[in-house]
Amino acid sequence: MNCENIHQDPLLEIKNLHVVYETDLQTVYAVNGINMTLYPGQALGLVGETGAGKTTTALSILRILPDKIGKVTDGEILFNGVNLLSLNDGKMRDIRGEEISMIFQDPMTSLNPIITVGDQIYESLLLHNKHRLSKKELHERVDEIMEMVGIVASRKGEYPHQFSGGMKQRIVIAMALACRPNIVIADEPTTALDVTIQAQVLAMMRNLMRELQTSVILITHDLGIVAENCDFVSVMYAGEIVESGTVVDIFGQSNHHPYTEGLIGSIPNLIVETNRLKPIYGIMPDPTNLPTGCKFHPRCPYCMEKCKTIQPSAHVNGSHIIACHLYDKGGITDD
Amino acid sequence: MINSDGQCEILLRVEGLKKYFKTRSGLLHAVDDVSFTIERGKTLGVVGESGCGKTTLGRTILRLEPHTDGKVFFKGDDIFKYSKRKTRHLCNDMQMIFQDPYSSLNPRKTVFQIIADPLIVNKIYKNKMEQDQRVLELIEISGLATRLMNAYPHELDGGRRQRVGLARALAMNPDFIVCDEPVSALDVSIQAQILNLLMDLQDDLGLTYMFITHDLSVVKHISDDILVLYMGQAIEKAPSRKLFQKPLHPYTQMLLSAIPVPSLTGKTREHEIIRGEVTNPINPKPGCRFASRCKYKMAKCENGEIPFYEIESDHFVKCVLYEKGFC
Repeated sequence: MNCENIHQDPLLEIKNLHVVYETDLQTVYAVNGINMTLYPGQALGLVGETGAGKTTTALSILRILPDKIGKVTDGEILFNGVNLLSLNDGKMRDIRGEEISMIFQDPMTSLNPIITVGDQIYESLLLHNKHRLSKKELHERVDEIMEMVGIVASRKGEYPHQFSGGMKQRIVIAMALACRPNIVIADEPTTALDVTIQAQVLAMMRNLMRELQTSVILITHDLGIVAENCDFVSVMYAGEIVESGTVVDIFGQSNHHPYTEGLIGSIPNLIVETNRLKPIYGIMPDPTNLPTGCKFHPRCPYCMEKCKTIQPSAHVNGSHIIACHLYDKGGITDD
Repeated sequence: MINSDGQCEILLRVEGLKKYFKTRSGLLHAVDDVSFTIERGKTLGVVGESGCGKTTLGRTILRLEPHTDGKVFFKGDDIFKYSKRKTRHLCNDMQMIFQDPYSSLNPRKTVFQIIADPLIVNKIYKNKMEQDQRVLELIEISGLATRLMNAYPHELDGGRRQRVGLARALAMNPDFIVCDEPVSALDVSIQAQILNLLMDLQDDLGLTYMFITHDLSVVKHISDDILVLYMGQAIEKAPSRKLFQKPLHPYTQMLLSAIPVPSLTGKTREHEIIRGEVTNPINPKPGCRFASRCKYKMAKCENGEIPFYEIESDHFVKCVLYEKGFC
């Protein structure tokens, strides 16, 4: 959809990012050298299972990794050319919420239960009040934002528990969009919601992002949501991006990383009749003790000798990138 | 499964089952006049949004909740008339797999003890050796590694824990298992493993499932028949393929169109988005409960109870649009 934007300068560029969680007992290798680029107006889907490092990546961008435990050990995160990792805390606070904001997974826990929703939105406006608006103007802005996500402004004096799950998520989205950020990171925004409410919330997000020209990083485990809402997809496994490309590359081509293939085979298909699903055998590797070579090799049906020792390099075909030894000879030939 | 008379044997028949909860603000209609049958060896999928009464339906059938009204026939007998002793025996034939594999296993018991528990409680084996043998057999058929038998639940991942839950349910050789969202807490790759296992076990042991879920793609994959619930009422029932090819009730149609599809067609697909949210199930008004969100709403929708119309053989729908058959 927005592939023409690729000729512009990237808005956000992640280069060779490594993140670990260190405790006295063990070190968890959460993110192991990922590269990612987000262009203005684009929606990037980050897909993977629990523990793949999706949320850790998001937290590193905003620098809200758990204190003292989570550490970025290597790499750069460039936002409009500025490395976020080298900014001081004050500068970072200006970016957080104003330039880059985040929608968290669980709307039930990401709102303060003892503050009215209107005041919670007001607070984020007040903290980033660049135009020095008066109190009255800010309150008018709150009304405007609530109407924007489809909640009547007269409910702003109510507390989170008085809203349903879908409404709460709308309020969380309203807060994230309050300062018109350039990038919104949505971490599984609809996982806790019913399908019908999910469809409502996603449609609303799509329209708002288009209207406000916001770029989105959509973190999800649902390939269906990615196919319908994103322009670009990165598939994560054990802290690495194993495959990335446009939605056409991922859903319209036959060449894939075995893990992506497994993910697609695991979903019961609504259109084609299948008798048996093709699951991925085994479980995610222990992030404190990752396998050598390709991280996916213990579960891979095409595992070769070199997969066990040599880290596969990325094979590029236009916008489609796959990190797998299967494409060592001949590369990716998209049909 | 076909019995000696060449007829399909009906294992479970539910007639007008009602379960109301008394709350301070009135009667909560959790399950309201639901009827269906399940044939032996088949799977009935029960779908609906959260709060539509799916779980309560399952629990009431298993007598985990006292019912308000209606009848449940299991193998031809009305189980609500059973004596206490007979009810206990009934538990051997009807089992349940719970939604959350994290909270449905006792954290202080090992995998082996958890699976052995139903055998001990029901005093199945007099001989300890035989009992241990059976537990090992169960561990094997549920696809768990025997080395895990002395592990505690916290040492296992979600998929393996759900296998333990399954092994425990199978311990008493049940005929009928209520699976209450058994895969919704699992990752997709693990979900597929468990779904395959459930289907294999059904083939091998001739099990009958009532599969409760909110995930329509899962329900299509595993079910023979599907029952769609909305606010405690069954609004559509049809064989799985028919329901997905030709959903009749406006709610089912919109529910199907709300599922995101992982293909390129998804982007251009027209979404029919349901407006509004589920209304309050306390003292509901007569008539169609979906009316306030329905785009075809007419005056007669809110006039009294709407019957279950049989449109085609086996395809039932509760909607005034089909009063005169197809429109």
